[in-house]
Amino acid sequence: MRLTGSEIIMECLLREGVHVMFGYPGGAILPTYDAMAKYDDRLHHVLVRHEQGASHMADGYARATGEVGVCIATSGPGATNLVTGLATAMMDSSPIVAITGQVPIPAIGSDAFQETDVTGVTLPITKHNYLVTDVDDLAYTMKEAFHIARTGRPGPVLVDVPKDVQNAVTEFIYPEGPIFLPGYDPPAAADTYQIDAALRLIDQAERPIILAGHGIIMSGAMQEVRELAERAQIPVALTLLGKGALPEDHPLVIGMMGMHGEASSNLAIQEADLLIALGMRFDDRVTGNLKTYAVNARKIHIDIDRSEINKNVRADVGIAGDLKTVLKQLLPKLERKSHPDWIHQIRDWLEDSSERDILNYETPGRLLTAQVINDIWRLTGGDAITVTDVGQHQMLEAQYYPHQRPSTLLTSGGLGTMGFGFPAAIGAKFGVPDEEIWAIVGDGGFQMTLCELATARQENVNVNIAIINNHFLGMVRQWQELFFEKRYQATPMVNPDFCKLADAYGIPNRRVTQRDEIEAAVAYARGIDGPTLIEFVVEKEEMVYPMVPAGADLHDMKRRPKPGES
Amino acid sequence: MTQQAIANKVTVVALVENEPGVLNRVASLFRRRAFNIDSLTVGRTHKPDVSRMTIRVDAGSEYARKIANNLQKLVNVIDVRVIDNEPHIERDLALIKVRSDDAHSRNTLTEICDRYPARIVDVGPHVAIIEMVGTEVFVEKFIDEVRPIGIVEMIRTGVVSMGRGTRIHDTSVTRRDLARAIVQASSARNGRKS
Ligand SMILES: Cc1ncc(C[n+]2csc(CCOP(=O)(O)OP(=O)(O)O)c2C)c(N)n1
Ligand SMILES: [Mg+2]
Repeated sequence: MRLTGSEIIMECLLREGVHVMFGYPGGAILPTYDAMAKYDDRLHHVLVRHEQGASHMADGYARATGEVGVCIATSGPGATNLVTGLATAMMDSSPIVAITGQVPIPAIGSDAFQETDVTGVTLPITKHNYLVTDVDDLAYTMKEAFHIARTGRPGPVLVDVPKDVQNAVTEFIYPEGPIFLPGYDPPAAADTYQIDAALRLIDQAERPIILAGHGIIMSGAMQEVRELAERAQIPVALTLLGKGALPEDHPLVIGMMGMHGEASSNLAIQEADLLIALGMRFDDRVTGNLKTYAVNARKIHIDIDRSEINKNVRADVGIAGDLKTVLKQLLPKLERKSHPDWIHQIRDWLEDSSERDILNYETPGRLLTAQVINDIWRLTGGDAITVTDVGQHQMLEAQYYPHQRPSTLLTSGGLGTMGFGFPAAIGAKFGVPDEEIWAIVGDGGFQMTLCELATARQENVNVNIAIINNHFLGMVRQWQELFFEKRYQATPMVNPDFCKLADAYGIPNRRVTQRDEIEAAVAYARGIDGPTLIEFVVEKEEMVYPMVPAGADLHDMKRRPKPGES
Repeated sequence: MTQQAIANKVTVVALVENEPGVLNRVASLFRRRAFNIDSLTVGRTHKPDVSRMTIRVDAGSEYARKIANNLQKLVNVIDVRVIDNEPHIERDLALIKVRSDDAHSRNTLTEICDRYPARIVDVGPHVAIIEMVGTEVFVEKFIDEVRPIGIVEMIRTGVVSMGRGTRIHDTSVTRRDLARAIVQASSARNGRKS
């Protein structure tokens, strides 16, 4: 079969099981857009309004499904607009493949119109990237790109295809069979001595704690982690991206850790004598000051990325391997254990936390973000997929929307990318059309990618947008309140009328200013098969507690005073 | 440089695909992770598709392992090995241009070169170029002796090294070999020529 490069790209996408791609056309990618017409029935193209949206949509699709998300852009400005989304996906190990047009090969290096060295620009923010210079390389490059994106520690891969390569014709031979990448060999299983060493530490521990990360979900090791926790009676603290790895109502799950984590989780980490870190990377947002971090604990660290072991925290037993595989090696040898005193101690801390819970305060006449999020949780039966933006509402989501299933909280953790939430929610909906999707976004972040309202309308994507409008860049305002004597420099916002904005895009909407209006508004949004927007006008100056100030010791949390205290 | 300081150095050897951009990827990694390296050399091997990098690190084996683990993650890096205490041969090459405009300096130079694996490769009325090959320590020592005569220009290649004995650090197949083989196999299967 003789095909053009553009057709080969389409054929390869089909063979990778791709049904949808998010993109935006332009000169250097036009041949590929032209080829799309022939494949329209099997490969749906979603026209975004800004390429950043395309990369976040591909990311949201990937996070919701575990499959590779695909985005497409033209050369130069199209490709550079993808950059934020690629960096976001890189930090959170999300598998996406980005295809970009490039100027024709003879023009490369000449500062041609819309030429950017995209493989150079994206080198540090992709897992790998390619500039395809021969149409005969295209098919196996595409195959490698998908393989690299989805295996090992997943991540974004970019394939830059010059226009003349898209136009060139060749015999299309799809490389069936295994992929040969001699330099690419993600670790899989542990050595027996490592398993034995880990078991010994678990056996000796009196105050063990599991730190459950995103890797559990990506490895599909939910059941194995649960068995480990239950059999050895080990409490489980979650990272932000680990939420959903175990059901949050499980008696051993003690909540999120880190800067805005549960006090009980952070205290437990500091008091523990063994950390079992599973598919997490000891980011500074979860460790605080490394010098005082879990100083009494020995550490078992299991992660698929070799370079994560001993990067931030020195592991007594460091295992580079696929979590599910490694736990399957470990579980048959694991003895039953119990730690009643330790668990009792953590329960005491939890009780203290719930006394300080904002939901237990009398707050007549005020609408609080925690209330909005907790009500959405209650009204959706806790079973929706929530996609957040970045800021206070994100942390409050993590605190007030317990997740029962993996891949039901999609959020930009590592990069903290404002503007992620709404487009990622659109992408997610394409991946899991039967799920109820809520984009929970701040008034600030939403304005960074709100142009995708048009995409949601054009495609009639059934996402419910909850704008948490506090008229502030809330999280920055919180830092200014705490660390800059309330000098609110560049954080108050004069916002558009979000409901009128939704009207302009033809999107049904409601505004909520009182708690008793939440239920009807949520029901309204859920009743419409298509995009809806609810603006929740909340308190302007809320605080997210607890808070470990950046760089402080993990146990050194700022807490909300208990009722009665000031 | 003291011999003690050199003893603290560790070598990382990486076999990489001989493709455009590989050096860029490695350099970008070092910059991004703020890895401090002492020297880096790249050269061809007996396989056209494979180049070999020798990276000297001035911060002990643990640091070198960190670098190796990160290098290993690069798709174009086929294999990485840290050489610290296993027996190996290492060589550094220096070209040194020294003053030689009087009989005394010329005599001293010849005398020093006799005691080292060094050769005078170019002599002019004012300067001479010496080529010195040896271990890093040895090259350092040589330079220290020559310095009083008056060095006006110098270049060193950086260290290359190779483990001794039959532990072969090599890769039997390369990516392009394989990619080609696959295409040929499938076209044979389909009864077409590619
Ligand atoms: C692209 C980007 N720019 C800046 C920041 C820094 N930042 C973090 S949170 C935040 C405020 C977010 O405000 P908003 O979206 O209104 O959410 P809120 O905190 O009020 O809930 C800012 C500016 C960021 N994370 N991402
Ligand atoms: Mg806000």
